[in-house]
Amino acid sequence: MNPMILTARLDIQESLRSRWFLLFCLVFGAIVSLLMVSGLTESRVMGFTGLSRLLVTYIQLSMAILPVFILITTVRSVSGDREAGVFEYMLSLPVPLRAWYWGKLAGRFAVVFVPVFVAMSVAVVWGLVRGLDVRWGLFAVYTGLLMALCLCFLGLGFLISVLARSPDIAQAAAFLIWLVLLLFLDLILLGVLIQEQVPPEAVIGIALVNPLQVFRVAALVLFDPQLVLLGPAAFLVLDSFGTVGFLVWAMVYPAALGGVAAWVGYRRFRKGDLL
Amino acid sequence: MIRLTDVGKTFRDTPVLKNLSLHIAARDRVALVGSNGAGKTTLIRCLLGEYGHSGEVRVAGRDPRIDRALVLNKIGFVPQLPPPLAMPVAELVRYASGVSGADPMRVRQVAARLGLAWGEVAARPFVKLSGGQKQKLLIAIALGRDTEVLILDEPAANLDVEARHALFALLAERDQTAMIISSHRLDEVASLVNRVIELDQGQVVLDDRVEDHLEMTGFLAAELTVGRHEPAFAKMMDEWGFAAADALVWRGRVAGPDRLRFLCMVSRYAGLINGLHLDGGET
Repeated sequence: MNPMILTARLDIQESLRSRWFLLFCLVFGAIVSLLMVSGLTESRVMGFTGLSRLLVTYIQLSMAILPVFILITTVRSVSGDREAGVFEYMLSLPVPLRAWYWGKLAGRFAVVFVPVFVAMSVAVVWGLVRGLDVRWGLFAVYTGLLMALCLCFLGLGFLISVLARSPDIAQAAAFLIWLVLLLFLDLILLGVLIQEQVPPEAVIGIALVNPLQVFRVAALVLFDPQLVLLGPAAFLVLDSFGTVGFLVWAMVYPAALGGVAAWVGYRRFRKGDLL
Repeated sequence: MIRLTDVGKTFRDTPVLKNLSLHIAARDRVALVGSNGAGKTTLIRCLLGEYGHSGEVRVAGRDPRIDRALVLNKIGFVPQLPPPLAMPVAELVRYASGVSGADPMRVRQVAARLGLAWGEVAARPFVKLSGGQKQKLLIAIALGRDTEVLILDEPAANLDVEARHALFALLAERDQTAMIISSHRLDEVASLVNRVIELDQGQVVLDDRVEDHLEMTGFLAAELTVGRHEPAFAKMMDEWGFAAADALVWRGRVAGPDRLRFLCMVSRYAGLINGLHLDGGET
């Protein structure tokens, strides 16, 4: 069998046994269950109705939790394995480095994306059972966004794991990156920037390169985009980009960012000491 | 089979290997010895393509950093410390066999010869095995496929007596395989090796080929004088075919290839030995 597939399968099986994966599934399962139980599908608030409201709430919560979860668990397991001597042995086996690296990334993508997607799908099935109107276009957009988000932060996680020589440093760096991205969200730093009358181009630029901000806006863009919901920077961005253009950007840019980060990590991994 | 030319490796301005050059032929069985920090593990990791380095490393004419999979397919490796793998034993064997194109049944057969009951361990997480079981399994994975080089880092450290015998028998069967056996106990691997390489501060300070000095069929006349009678020593000398000239003097002969093993054995009784004389002219 192809060594990359073997490595991906091994990583998936390792993750399925781990406690972080159990917690991961519990968290997202609990989010969807709570949203369903709390009756969000029945409510109508600020333009969102039924299942759409449930989905938009779910995607917002995912955006808050998923990045930090992916970053921390990825850097912990990759750097931890290297420090514990797992790499010394596993990389003495005749597996090509590209198969090892990309196989691990593919396996990890499957284990972070599938539970989140399944949880969202369960919500949709629940909606169908209850006879609610399902907006399949929205479901497809959210699936794409979740995939892009997983790829983005997995790529960043792998890059950090390669660059940092110890699990502690890797974990601290991962947390710091997440915090910086969080600070540059609309409602926090971008709001301040606008208050201080920073040129709109700079605000738009920052908003467009922050994957968290991109996801946040993209999750809301299919609804009635009001300033009070989106925040000032997102409103500006959407005004200049347009809905379709922004949705394309929201999927392509984070995926490309993650892909480039993973590729830089691979180049560095291949050139430096593996241990 | 293995050629290192001016290999150097530095960690944060500290040189660990210093322009090390070495050639290991296909049938060389090398005991790699040296104190902690001598550079043994770094040398092994350079051979496995796990460390970048200056100079040139070639295994079967190929660079392990560039042609990783091809080179590592020719190398069986047993690490000194078993990795803390959470995966079940069967999964580890499936993966190792899968990436090397080997038959997992062969691994199981070697494991059985080492005394590892497959049925008992197959479903258990590797990390939950005892030290000896882990060692046996890693040896079985390394020896369970056709390789041209074996790199064994303290392979017998956690093995019981029977498993050691089985390991030595398995290694003896591989007479066409180059071996590098890193060990702190030279006496333990003395019967397996025909060459001793000692590293100190990243350099080769001793490269002794046992057969350089004596024909494989040659013998050394030996005489040992001890300070007192010791039953254990007497029994051991008896096993080596030595005769007591009087209570304190033993005479006999040692086959050339066994010279290293004999000296390692004698070193265990260093406090007892007053005199030792070896004369290499016998055939």
